[in-house]
Amino acid sequence: MNVAPALSVEGLSVEFRTRSGIVRALDNVSFAIAKGETMALVGESGSGKSVTAYAVLGILDPAARVTGGKAMFGGLDLLSAKPGQLADVRGREIAMIFQNPRTALNPIRPVGRQIADVLIRHGNVPGREAPAQAIEMLRAVGITDPARRAKAYPFEMSGGMCQRVMIAIALAAKPSLLIADEPTTGLDVTTQAVIMDLISDLASELGMATIFITHDLALAGQRAARIVVMHAGHVVESAPTRELFARPRHPYTAELIAATPDSAASLDDLASIPGSLPDLRRTDLPPCRYSERCPRKLDACGRPLPQTDTSAHHVACWNPLPMSAS
Amino acid sequence: MTDIAATTRPATGLAALIRHARYVIGENPVTGLAFALFILILIAALIGPWIVPHDPLASDTAAALKPPSAGHWFGTDQLGRDIFSRVVVATQLDFTIAIASVVLVFLMGGLAGVAAGYFGGWTDRIVGRIADTIMAFPLFVLAMGIVAALGNTVQNIVLATAIINFPLYVRVARAEANVRREAGFVEAARLSGNSEWRIVTLQILPNVFPILVVQMSLTMGYAILNAAGLSFIGLGVRPPTPEWGIMVAEGAANIISGEWWIAFFPGVALMVAVFCFNLLGDGLRDIVDPRRRT
Amino acid sequence: MFVSILRRFVTIIPTLIGVIIVTFLLTRVLPGDPAVYFAGPAATPESIADIRKSLGLDQPLPVQFLHYVDDLAHGNLGNSLATGQPVVNELISRLPASAELTLFGLIISVLIAIPLGILAAVKQGSWIDHTCRVVATAGVSLPVFFTGLLLVYVFYFLLGWAPAPLGRLDVFFTAPPQVTGFYLIDSLTAGDFQTFRASLSQLILPGATLAIFSIAPIARMTRASMLAVLASDYVRTARASGLSPYTVIITYAFRNAVLPVITTLGMVFSFLLGANVLVEKVFAWPGIGSFAVEALIASDFAPVQGFVLTMAVLYVMLNLLIDISYGIIDPRVRLEA
Repeated sequence: MNVAPALSVEGLSVEFRTRSGIVRALDNVSFAIAKGETMALVGESGSGKSVTAYAVLGILDPAARVTGGKAMFGGLDLLSAKPGQLADVRGREIAMIFQNPRTALNPIRPVGRQIADVLIRHGNVPGREAPAQAIEMLRAVGITDPARRAKAYPFEMSGGMCQRVMIAIALAAKPSLLIADEPTTGLDVTTQAVIMDLISDLASELGMATIFITHDLALAGQRAARIVVMHAGHVVESAPTRELFARPRHPYTAELIAATPDSAASLDDLASIPGSLPDLRRTDLPPCRYSERCPRKLDACGRPLPQTDTSAHHVACWNPLPMSAS
Repeated sequence: MTDIAATTRPATGLAALIRHARYVIGENPVTGLAFALFILILIAALIGPWIVPHDPLASDTAAALKPPSAGHWFGTDQLGRDIFSRVVVATQLDFTIAIASVVLVFLMGGLAGVAAGYFGGWTDRIVGRIADTIMAFPLFVLAMGIVAALGNTVQNIVLATAIINFPLYVRVARAEANVRREAGFVEAARLSGNSEWRIVTLQILPNVFPILVVQMSLTMGYAILNAAGLSFIGLGVRPPTPEWGIMVAEGAANIISGEWWIAFFPGVALMVAVFCFNLLGDGLRDIVDPRRRT
Repeated sequence: MFVSILRRFVTIIPTLIGVIIVTFLLTRVLPGDPAVYFAGPAATPESIADIRKSLGLDQPLPVQFLHYVDDLAHGNLGNSLATGQPVVNELISRLPASAELTLFGLIISVLIAIPLGILAAVKQGSWIDHTCRVVATAGVSLPVFFTGLLLVYVFYFLLGWAPAPLGRLDVFFTAPPQVTGFYLIDSLTAGDFQTFRASLSQLILPGATLAIFSIAPIARMTRASMLAVLASDYVRTARASGLSPYTVIITYAFRNAVLPVITTLGMVFSFLLGANVLVEKVFAWPGIGSFAVEALIASDFAPVQGFVLTMAVLYVMLNLLIDISYGIIDPRVRLEA
């Protein structure tokens, strides 16, 4: 890429202190997203996709610690930024929407006010005008009768409407990067499609880069230009979408694709990948966390993984599938 | 780590329970301290009257109102009585009141609650009504009313304390009984022909006991405070009987003239006892059900 | 919304009926002859017989009960033996003293406990958190009358900062003209700052005693509630939106966390109304608590019964008020109704 990426995560490592030991949730995670690009972060539950997003935004659990890496955004390393700088970036430059929209909204505050809070904080909007602009945002995310809805509470709205409100909150200050963490989980199938369309439309309208976090490889295939596959806290492969599906190089990616027979299935249904996620509390984790369940394992796989390269199709594997495989 | 004996099966795994208890006490020094303190209080209650240096009731007006000294560790009161001896001897009375109240409320509230939860229907409604009516009163005020109405005796303090704690035990016991109503061992008992009441008393109540034990320790502390409070305003214990609450009342007037020791030492004894039972309750909760730790 | 408030009013009726029945029973379970109790220790057989007739004690129990309810409806709570005056008059004239003391104590308590709870939750594991935990455990163990005495000893006897614990006002002052019965308010409305200062200085120690007693449950509940709310999804969203720390902690977290604290206030009032009696005795405060205690010592039963009934009714009303406030503040309850 010639142009500087919108966000560049380099070597991010995160640990959690728990009662039963230290969980090495992320190890040396790197990826980059270009301005206006749509990317998907794909992996099973527990692969560390949400943790990555939380780390970038600085909203990790108090029990978590970033043990290394950088997250470069607009020349600023988010991981070592001061709280004041970070609070300016959050919401204004980088925004995030979450799964379970109803619990992610303040239950005792009218939704219009929640949008207005962000407008006042980041949008240089004086208090008097914020309510009206909030109503406009509700209209922009496709909520009918926005003036009345602005005074409503989350419990009075459906899951789909709550998700639209969350999108309105996230986009109120017109950020340049949106992180969407499983935005359609918990919604019915028709609403899922509608919400995804809404996000895509708004993203292209605002020229906003988007990271979709999902366990649904098929969904990622439909919406993202590039896919980053994660497994047990590692990035195992990263490639443009068509390339990934046509020529997957990491054994895990290939298994994932093979286990997704049609566009409706999601990764959580698969029974065909042998073995299971390694226990991330172990102190003797191998450098490649997939090696213990990998059919292509070599002795060489005991070495530290190859470093991230800047090629468009990166794979973290000593024995990747040959280029001509399909 | 060994599992705690699952509370759905009656009284097995006692050895495992004791092992777990030892582990919890060892792990948390504060709990260990509470247990040690409890033993101390128990000893004082049991043999206190025999080991005190002075007769708690013997007055010696010549030695009245003396501050703490070598001869009188806690000083003397207006009648020249040795406060240290009185405080130690009072342990027996306060401890007995607390234990009696707690046992009474466990039987009353535990049984009523289990019956309400197990039988449901009218039993549940009536027990619930009674509990709600009790809770409609500020508890100490109700205790005052009960002791004033039934007569100014120690037994009535015990009864009043039991009554005002009744709703709490009913609630806990009822919830547990509800859960266990359909449990396997209850079905087995029913099928082998046990009458409903046998099931309630022999099967369910013993299983409800561990959860209530935690509450009972906390109630001990509260019962002591309640009894002391009632005695402070002249209900229950009469002079010259040594009891912590009444001793504080006797020393109250002297505070203004600076003779602090008369009220201070019984007050501290109260504090220490209540604190001990509260910590004990927390420790017991960790032993019985660590999931409920707050 | 008015319908839901009305509905709540209706639910307290069975509670009030229960309260009235209990206070009635309390007088009829006296060991021996109730008439003797009501006539007093110095009564002659004739006056005892008179009392028995006037109280209807020779009637069957249900008739007695109706008689009792009828009396209540007419505001007749019997007469005090000591003064010969109607109990209800005494209660009414002494109620403001107790109310002022309790409210003062509660306000101090809330002003300390809630910030303490919030800070303990926000800075979990810090010294503030540990202080909060110690305060909570200590507050539950301290006998309230002992705390009062300790405060008197330290601040009056040793340091001389506080006035003598002899009631609402020093002998040299007279009560301000009665508007509310609250000396603090009445002295201000009369523009009498001397009396205001005097009343305030008398209020501080007994108020602090009550406050110390109630800080524990309020702080503990605030801390627990804040911890739960701070870990919630919507606080995470607020943080992710970059809202200011004040907005996140107060507008988003605290407003949600305060709801369980309001319900806790019901339990706190139960303790406070009981502790009030003890504090009034320690500080010679002329409220309804000390009225009942004096009557108890004199075996004067009607005031005690009147006191228990009054406190219970007050408590029921306070709980109703808390219930209604909760319903107004929480939109989920308000709109569901």
